[in-house]
Amino acid sequence: MLALLGPNGAGKTTTIEILEGFRMRSAGEVRVLGVDPAKGDEAWRARLGVVLQSWRDHGKWKVRELLDNLGRYYAPYGTPERKRPYDPDDLVKTVGLAEHANKKISSLSGGQRRRMDVAIGIVGRPELLFLDEPTAGFDPHARREFHDLVHRLSDLEDTTILLTTHDLDEAEKLADRILILADGAIIADGFADQLSRRMSTNAEVKWTRGGQHFVDAPTDATRFVRELFDQYGEEISDLEVRRASLEDAYMSLVHQFESGQGETAAREFEEV
Amino acid sequence: MSPMTTAVRAGVRRGAIEIRQTLTNAGDFANYIFLPSVFFIVMYFLRGNTVPGTDFSLSTMTIPSVVGLQVAFGGLMGLGGTLIMEREDGTLLRAKAIPNGMLGYLVGKVVMGVEQALVAVTIILILGAFLFDGLRLGSPGAWLTLAWVLLLGLVATMPMGAVLGSLFSSSRSIGFMSLPVMGLIAISGIFYPITSFPVWLQWIGQVFPIYWLGLGMRSALLPDSLASVEIGESWRHLEMVGVLGVWAVAGLILAPIVLRRMARRESGSSMAVGREKAMQRWT
Repeated sequence: MLALLGPNGAGKTTTIEILEGFRMRSAGEVRVLGVDPAKGDEAWRARLGVVLQSWRDHGKWKVRELLDNLGRYYAPYGTPERKRPYDPDDLVKTVGLAEHANKKISSLSGGQRRRMDVAIGIVGRPELLFLDEPTAGFDPHARREFHDLVHRLSDLEDTTILLTTHDLDEAEKLADRILILADGAIIADGFADQLSRRMSTNAEVKWTRGGQHFVDAPTDATRFVRELFDQYGEEISDLEVRRASLEDAYMSLVHQFESGQGETAAREFEEV
Repeated sequence: MSPMTTAVRAGVRRGAIEIRQTLTNAGDFANYIFLPSVFFIVMYFLRGNTVPGTDFSLSTMTIPSVVGLQVAFGGLMGLGGTLIMEREDGTLLRAKAIPNGMLGYLVGKVVMGVEQALVAVTIILILGAFLFDGLRLGSPGAWLTLAWVLLLGLVATMPMGAVLGSLFSSSRSIGFMSLPVMGLIAISGIFYPITSFPVWLQWIGQVFPIYWLGLGMRSALLPDSLASVEIGESWRHLEMVGVLGVWAVAGLILAPIVLRRMARRESGSSMAVGREKAMQRWT
């Protein structure tokens, strides 16, 4: 799972639309599943799943009915190893809409609606699934439920998921690899923990000794704690080590970019 | 089964499902009967009037004309309006994201368009048979003519409707279109014989399919003596096939080009822009 992270207007949706073949690129070369999206045929399209930011279509259709109908288009593209489409009954269970299977789509809540969109996105068992800001406008509960669903999907089978989000927390939680996009350019690329290590070297260490609270922000937290124990041993209690949040580093990075100091920011970032 | 055949079959199913939705939904069903009901109320009040130069009821003459109008209107505006609406809500984009989805989508719309025309025609004819005398509903020849005129009318108007729907960018523009269309209906000899209008108006009316579909339906359902009030005192089947044929050919050539162009432009962000505009209209 790859997350494309960036502030609003960074070019996330543009990028994903080019990859989906919905928009022409202005320059450069693009390959998706080995094919130029601008020339992608229907067989190529059958290997993709697309979930856009907001869809309000097919409100009069029932959940299972629509999944069944849209799934039919994928049947000729199935292979013995990868049967297409998904059985609609299994699918409604996977996305947690089993009890709503015979409800009209217009009667679903925002979170249910988005899970329905995901169900449509994966009905053809895609090799690559695009999720464009899937949790925008969600309350925390709906967001958590959606994250659980995405986790289930990535465990389920060999589907690569490309997710765009402006929420760093979400990218960190869901993705293996994160690309940070600002002003149309990739300014960072790495695995989630790698990025957070690179973006913030300082960790916050809290402890209590002799009834007194201490806080420090050492460069190498592991070494600091080892030394702390070497020195005071049993006296240390309530130890808490927290990596300084990725968010602050990300915010300052993005801010620098928007104020036109992008290149320096990116360079500094790489050097760290 | 080839992907194309699969898509066509899925499209037919889609059409059937959407037909069921419109028939089981009070709001949609009201759409079917609204226009005919208005016409029937007007016709009922005018039932004493006769077609000029004959003692035939003007109301009875209007019934087949309204059948033709309904076919033309449904074909041109119905499909066009649906395309615009479903472009705004993302149905088209959804179809685009699915292999051969556009093909299936259009097949579904055609199935639906044919069904809507049939339902509307049936409703008008049933009401007409109950309320007014003089229609040739008992003659097999009448039904045969009705069938082929209906078919020709759908082929002439639906592709053009799709072209109109793809050219206009928002549902607001459909509103702009309804005024000229109303004018066109007025000069198409639907409610009053076209021969009573000035010749230059007659020529304008004869360019468009509404007049010819009305004429075709009158030729099917009215006694032959009524041809005397038509242009050239004839039902002019040959000319009708000619004009509707030109519309059909033009539509069938243009529709794939325009639809493809429209589909190419469809993307998530263009849909969002369209919707934003639509929202602003309401607030």
